[in-house]
Amino acid sequence: MGKFKLMTRRKFLIAGGMVGGGLAVAYALGGNDTPDKAPYAATADGDEYTLNAWVKIGNDGTINVAISQAEMGQGIYTALCMLVAEELEVEVSAITPEQAPIDAVYANFTAIKDSLPFSDGHHRGEATVGAWAMEKVAGILGVQATGGSTSVRNFWIPMQQAGAAARQMLISAAASQWNVPESECLAQNGAIKHRASAKSATYGELAEAASQLEIPKHPTLKAKSERKVIGKSQKRLDIPAKVTGEAGFGIDVRVPNMAFAAVKISPVFDGKVKDWDEKAVLQMPGVIKAVKLENAVAVIADSFWRAKKAVDALPVSFDDGENERLTSDGIFTGFSNQLKTEDGRTYAEEGDIEVALADATDILSAEYKVPFLAHACMEPMNCTALVQEDAVEVWIPNQSPTITSWLAEQAADVPAENVTVHNTYLGGGFGRRIEPDCLIMSVQIAKALKGRAVQLIWTRENDTQHDAYRPAALSKFQGVLNKSGEIDAWHHRIASPSVTRSFVGRLLPMSADMPDNTTSEGAADLPYQFANKLMQHLPVPTAVPVGYWRSVGHSYNAFFTECFMDEMATKAKTDPIEFRRKHLQAHPNFEAVLSRLSSESNWTAPLPKGRARGVALHESFGTIVGQVAEISVTEDKQLTVHKVTCVVDCGEVLNPDGVAAQMESGIIFGLSAALYGEITIQNGSVEQENFPDYEMVRLANCPEINVILAPSGRPLGGIGEPGTPPIAPAVANAIFAATGERIRKLPLSKSGYYT
Amino acid sequence: MLTLNINGKNVQIDAEEDTPLLWVLRDNLNLTGTKFGCGIAACGACTVQMDGVAVRSCSMAVGDATGSRITTIEGISGDGLTAVQTAWIEEQVPQCGYCQSGMIMAVSALLKENPNPSDEDIDASITNICRCGTYPRIRKAIHKAVKIQAEA
Repeated sequence: MGKFKLMTRRKFLIAGGMVGGGLAVAYALGGNDTPDKAPYAATADGDEYTLNAWVKIGNDGTINVAISQAEMGQGIYTALCMLVAEELEVEVSAITPEQAPIDAVYANFTAIKDSLPFSDGHHRGEATVGAWAMEKVAGILGVQATGGSTSVRNFWIPMQQAGAAARQMLISAAASQWNVPESECLAQNGAIKHRASAKSATYGELAEAASQLEIPKHPTLKAKSERKVIGKSQKRLDIPAKVTGEAGFGIDVRVPNMAFAAVKISPVFDGKVKDWDEKAVLQMPGVIKAVKLENAVAVIADSFWRAKKAVDALPVSFDDGENERLTSDGIFTGFSNQLKTEDGRTYAEEGDIEVALADATDILSAEYKVPFLAHACMEPMNCTALVQEDAVEVWIPNQSPTITSWLAEQAADVPAENVTVHNTYLGGGFGRRIEPDCLIMSVQIAKALKGRAVQLIWTRENDTQHDAYRPAALSKFQGVLNKSGEIDAWHHRIASPSVTRSFVGRLLPMSADMPDNTTSEGAADLPYQFANKLMQHLPVPTAVPVGYWRSVGHSYNAFFTECFMDEMATKAKTDPIEFRRKHLQAHPNFEAVLSRLSSESNWTAPLPKGRARGVALHESFGTIVGQVAEISVTEDKQLTVHKVTCVVDCGEVLNPDGVAAQMESGIIFGLSAALYGEITIQNGSVEQENFPDYEMVRLANCPEINVILAPSGRPLGGIGEPGTPPIAPAVANAIFAATGERIRKLPLSKSGYYT
Repeated sequence: MLTLNINGKNVQIDAEEDTPLLWVLRDNLNLTGTKFGCGIAACGACTVQMDGVAVRSCSMAVGDATGSRITTIEGISGDGLTAVQTAWIEEQVPQCGYCQSGMIMAVSALLKENPNPSDEDIDASITNICRCGTYPRIRKAIHKAVKIQAEA
């Protein structure tokens, strides 16, 4: 893990809310066509030479590649190293990924672009004014972040260029040493060779000379036909350390003389500590100090268990404040009342929906509902902080080192240049680890014990009850068929809290109601053609913090829209795949995924008695995914999901096995939520505590999953999230096919289904 | 002071007898390969072996672990990798990797007791949670480990 200092030229400015969407604090840097290599060069040891912002080569031939993205299981270390390896002409296994410094050259432009508050086609790769404007904003913001399935999309070109630029510089260095034309030299397996004379020099031997050359502004990338790495499955670089227990997660950080902290947090959202009696625990074994924060009390001890025992014993009372009567039922009543009003922000509109509905004689109406969900990363939230008189150093598994550095600086109240952030492997992220709550708490606690590192670990109960939850949502449809059995009118209104507003409110002292793409994504931008269409969202703020949960708005909008498509197909007495196909004439890529799905899942083949299939098709983060779930249900509603067939078009494939792994992962993540996932609020606090009441799919009830990659060459799409949205509607539609019961709420356990 | 036998060595521990074995491994001995997931034996991230049997160390008082041979992920292999670890790499199982120490310890204990488990045996015995959903690959890797063991 590299140690680095933040740049002093940073300036804060307020830029309104965004980022997938929500980053709002920003810093401005001067523009520079070739990414500045100085920040990475500052991490080099004496015998290492920095060729550009991503490539550093040691004189022993070691090749380091700067990774600005968080490894949370999605395989990003390997994926990004593949891009460099391809152009640098080395094996992926010859590269050592290392944490990039925090700097604007590693900004995630794609995440900022995708956070455009409305959908204007840019996410399908179209050059829109919105995308252009957001690209400019991203350059100013310069935020490093991992989220929104953007990492490969964002670094696809820059990191291939980094490999190509390094290759050209190594060739130049060799040619000049040998006094031969560059055109007579080639890069091959970690060395530059001169064709005619058979002279050869390793990258290690050439690194110093190459690092002194100017970085080519427009390095030439290899032709697709010459690729050896991109598109070929690669073994993940992080896996060997993950089978021996050596991989270092945040919770594994060990700093000399460190202490451990455990907390008791106000169970009611926004509650405050009223009274406490620290003397009651100061004599307990190993206890070093007790700390009172605004919303929590902490005990610091010489081991986590001693800290936890003491904080459990610590007498404390909380002022519950205005949320003490908050309940999920009340929140849903609020959604329902809001849906009865004429309000709403329109995200998609075509034709004349009012006339179409007024003229209709047969309207199908339905109401759909989803609960709050927790992220439940396997590694509970944790952060290790060392606060000195005028400096802070933190070790935290996080999705944005930039945001982490801002908030560590603020919480420790030290100069920006004295903030050091170490990222570690993340034991799951899923959007949870972009949140600053545990970081801020940990710095506040460590501030009470200056000069000594303190590792704060949240228990599973802390983690479950103090998340930034996937929003609950309520949705109402009205649909009308035309005489040929196609959809003539599609009227869809959704009520839910806005993730962007909630997230911005946690970063800044204030946030305001504004358009939020996360509320409408996957509902506004359907590929289906309807003559008359209206999609509106009604923001209903709640005290429950809501955040980015794998696939964000798509996680529920796919359930709403793909189940209602199925309802309309039933009404039209048409096969669900045929019915969808009829509405996809303008989108051949979607039609192609559906056709492939039909054949791969043997959609039309008869099934054994008691089995049924359901389908869902959904695009998210630029990737089209179709899934067919094959299930069976017993009379008393025992549900088995036997098999999931998944067809994915992510445009172009970088690491095929990595794409398959992310589809499997996304499906199982979505299936846990569909079967069991529900966070409920009673008396202003979360009722669930731990895995027994927030259950997960396990080996015994995990379906067989068959992933088919069907890249069409459309613009590159994301991979970490798009596997999740279609599974809930595919299973719900299969239940309808099996039982005739239409599922309009999740989790399925609410309708009596068990596994 | 308590005496524990960990990965073949006797060690002296200064901890209360009711301290969960997990925290003794992590905080007293810096054996951080064993993970904290739930604290109530519900997820299996903390699985170690006591006398070759899988136990969830978050719910095992250290006082009850004296006199047993305790094996953690750090002590499961000698110089190389075990068949299970090799199979885990070949099938590219881990994603975030946090649960995998516990998975590997649970699977290794299963294969000691039942060298060729059926899918039903696996389902009944391996109940650990993987939030990344690596289950399909875990199943394949268990069958592969059986093959690697048989060929060894």
